[in-house]
Amino acid sequence: MADMTANPATTRPDDPENVIAALQGRFPGAIKIDDRKGFGGIIIEPDHLVEVATAIRDDLGYNYLSSATAVDYLGLGDHLEMVYHAFRAPQGGPGLVFKAQTGRENASLPSLIRVWPGADFQEREAYDLYGIHFAGHPNLKRILLWEGFNGYPMRKDWHEAYYEEDYKPFDSRWPGGQITRSEEFNPFGHNVRYPANFDLGRFKPADQHLYDGQNLGVDIEAEPGIKTDRLTVNLGPHHPSTHGVFRMIVQLDGETIVDLEPVMGYLHRNHEQIGERNTWNMNMPFTDRLDYINSMSNNFGYALAVEGLLGKGTPVPYRAEVLRVLMAELTRIVNHMWAVGFLLNDLGAFYTPMLYAIEAREHILDLFEATAGSRMMCNYMRFGGVARDLPESIRSVVQLVNDKVRDENTMAYITELVNETLPRTIDELDGLLTNSEIIKGRTQGIGLLPPDMAIAYSAAGPVLRGSGVPYDVRRAQPYGIYPELEFDVAVRYNGDIYDRYLLRLDEMRQSLRILKQIVPRLEQTMGQPVLGKNPYATKAPLGESYGHVENPKGELGFYVVSQGDGKNPWRYHVRAPSFINLTPLGEMCKGHKIADVVAILGSIDIVLGETDR
Amino acid sequence: MYGVGIVKGLGITLRHFFDTLIDDFKWFGKRNGLEAFQTKQGLKGKGMFTVQYPEEKIAVPERFRFIPFLVTYNEDDPEYPGKDWCTSCGICAKVCPPQCIWIVRGTDATTGRPKPEPEQFFIDIDICMNCGYCAEYCPFDAIRMDHDYELASYDRTTKHIYDKEKLSKPISYWQAIAPTTAAEEQVARGGYDHTDVQKTRKKAGLPASRPGPISEKPEVVPVTAAVAAPTAVAEPAQVVATAPAQTAPTAGAATTAEGKPIVRRRGAAGAVAKPAEGSVTPPPAATTPAPLPPTPLPPAPVAAQPVVAPTPVPAPVQPAASVAPAESAIPADAPKPATVVRRRNNPPPKKD
Repeated sequence: MADMTANPATTRPDDPENVIAALQGRFPGAIKIDDRKGFGGIIIEPDHLVEVATAIRDDLGYNYLSSATAVDYLGLGDHLEMVYHAFRAPQGGPGLVFKAQTGRENASLPSLIRVWPGADFQEREAYDLYGIHFAGHPNLKRILLWEGFNGYPMRKDWHEAYYEEDYKPFDSRWPGGQITRSEEFNPFGHNVRYPANFDLGRFKPADQHLYDGQNLGVDIEAEPGIKTDRLTVNLGPHHPSTHGVFRMIVQLDGETIVDLEPVMGYLHRNHEQIGERNTWNMNMPFTDRLDYINSMSNNFGYALAVEGLLGKGTPVPYRAEVLRVLMAELTRIVNHMWAVGFLLNDLGAFYTPMLYAIEAREHILDLFEATAGSRMMCNYMRFGGVARDLPESIRSVVQLVNDKVRDENTMAYITELVNETLPRTIDELDGLLTNSEIIKGRTQGIGLLPPDMAIAYSAAGPVLRGSGVPYDVRRAQPYGIYPELEFDVAVRYNGDIYDRYLLRLDEMRQSLRILKQIVPRLEQTMGQPVLGKNPYATKAPLGESYGHVENPKGELGFYVVSQGDGKNPWRYHVRAPSFINLTPLGEMCKGHKIADVVAILGSIDIVLGETDR
Repeated sequence: MYGVGIVKGLGITLRHFFDTLIDDFKWFGKRNGLEAFQTKQGLKGKGMFTVQYPEEKIAVPERFRFIPFLVTYNEDDPEYPGKDWCTSCGICAKVCPPQCIWIVRGTDATTGRPKPEPEQFFIDIDICMNCGYCAEYCPFDAIRMDHDYELASYDRTTKHIYDKEKLSKPISYWQAIAPTTAAEEQVARGGYDHTDVQKTRKKAGLPASRPGPISEKPEVVPVTAAVAAPTAVAEPAQVVATAPAQTAPTAGAATTAEGKPIVRRRGAAGAVAKPAEGSVTPPPAATTPAPLPPTPLPPAPVAAQPVVAPTPVPAPVQPAASVAPAESAIPADAPKPATVVRRRNNPPPKKD
């Protein structure tokens, strides 16, 4: 528990201990300190959860709920536990971890949606995957799975269709590894289980009326004497503007949006459950697949979380820290190029701005491929460093017919990329788009998110900073070598689509500023080690850890718990920025026209691999 | 004034248009040449930089990782022809995130005890996520990530489970596709040979490792060999040799010298380091694993008539030389795609 990010409550003894003491004085008997080995924070009695949470938010200033998730302690106390991580925005500093426990049967906890509206989706997710009932939640229904799903898949006693063993590595692989395809021992048609009393033939989803006819007959008198119908439109799930499979149920009055509800889960694969079967190392390549545009930063977050558990035993060499920041910042540029390009796509400027943007992205991906071995699924970081140093040269070998080779010195390549190519591309995008009257007309004043709402809704990344809240994990809870690097937290104040776009340009320029400081550090540390010990079976000491990084899309957090023999994560939770940033989508869209929904969604910049997990 | 922003923006698209147009004129007639490719793909490239796949392909970098393969000794190895490097220790199967590796550990027929050799080895390439952990954590350098990404086939249920025969590829193949990495690994191993073989040789009082692939005839091009093998189920389509055959010795000493896989230059013994005539006299071959030269040269593609390779020269790499062989890699008279017999991985199912 030595890591700062893992357990902020013990790093600055003056601050959080006073906080906890004050809370205990105010709510005697409602709060106890979590004294399990390796754990921190406080455990709140469920009956007092809402009032204590309100005090935490209003009186103590922890106004930003970063993450809320559940853990199933089957066999270790047999209770379900909700874990909340709250921080102070925008000033930053250590956060506060508080928890609430409930039994596994008829699990129920009070909802915190009135305190933090940002808890909305996260509580629905906990309800969906753990079966915790949140009293007071206005829209408590499954979010990632459908109603015909049997059981709560994140519970420890739940088994998937092709269940083999609780933990990897599976015994059937070695030494007597006769191959069997999983489809063969669990044939199609017998791998689905439904809940009791569930009749597939008669099943109608809760929103069936949307399909039955467009609510015709419900008259709204928009203006005296003029009767109109309220119209329901399904945007998605198969719609090019949704960046994947994502659906929005939109209630329209004319062309104006009255209500919008995001529906997700089409790409759900129970990433976290897979992560809890895996060993610690095995999760690293799986994190690549979350937000597949930013695999390097995802690796970074997970490595930090597990290093928080492993503690001082896994120091990260300085060159590895430099390489991590290099990759993370290049990834930020990749992502923002992509985001700006796709925003323009969503606005109707088909592919021209996007292709200009991703030309520069190609150059960065070439570097990733030569260094890590893959363009997108980088799997580059390890606990205690990075997998490999930069190659001497970005060089390829002829292998297939028509193969064409390149050979460029890596350092010269990075230097030119950072000093010339990327600034040129960003300036070009800026010149192409920023002053365009069409873009201004489509984006200014659309999708407004005021700063207080952005904080309350747990928005993160460009969505938060575009609303005038200068909260950046790199500065608020610094990690890696960011404290020694000079850069500003970009912030824009209007909170509309246009400002989110401008903010992304600002952030790319700040990233370039960081990268220019990284290049000399790379040259100074040439030849130094990048990885300490790299055992194939990492064993983590008991405890919990929350590692979070400022991903290009927002704060990406990994909450990991090690229990039992420590070879596999007991809990592996991903605080996905794409998922939580969708919470205020409905509020942002209300009152705008239907064509703006696409642009607003584009300005949030989601990736469904991360949203649905 | 309203509209100025749009007009300025359009100016940028117009500049892109003219950049591409000028580029087209500049490379007129040489558009598929290597120089055009390298300029356009480079950081200074202007205009469009798309590649006409499959007429042109971007060669993947050395560290590129795709489906794993098992390393064996070369078929013409005098002592261990075709012997597996895998000792069936099972670490790859234990570390594999999607658990796509199945290994049957070998047992000695007479004693019934486990022996360090896999009896069977399966990888389900549908499940494999190309993370490269098996190669990274293998203590014997016996499983490595391949570069061949053209694996499409018509039948996923049978063709996508690779068995040991399909997975095995000789060490010379690895040296050809990843010369730098292979050389680094050889240094780390302490010589060309497998770690266990080195131990055995030490016990027998021999030098720990042999100097390298011992073969007087031009080396068999491993990739092509795999294609030609009739038993191969899903052959890599249109593969050309990577191997260490020589280009015509026109490009001077540096080009002649770079033919063989560089690992041969740094074998434990200096036996192979005879400089070719007329070439730059190299420094004496390192008798110990020497630090690697900064940019090892890529092996040249196969020439029409492989010459018997002169013994490679450990020429110190010159910056200019690192580009020159790359240019010669696809000469203007390189075989046109039409001359290459395209092999389908698996023929489409016949209609009965």
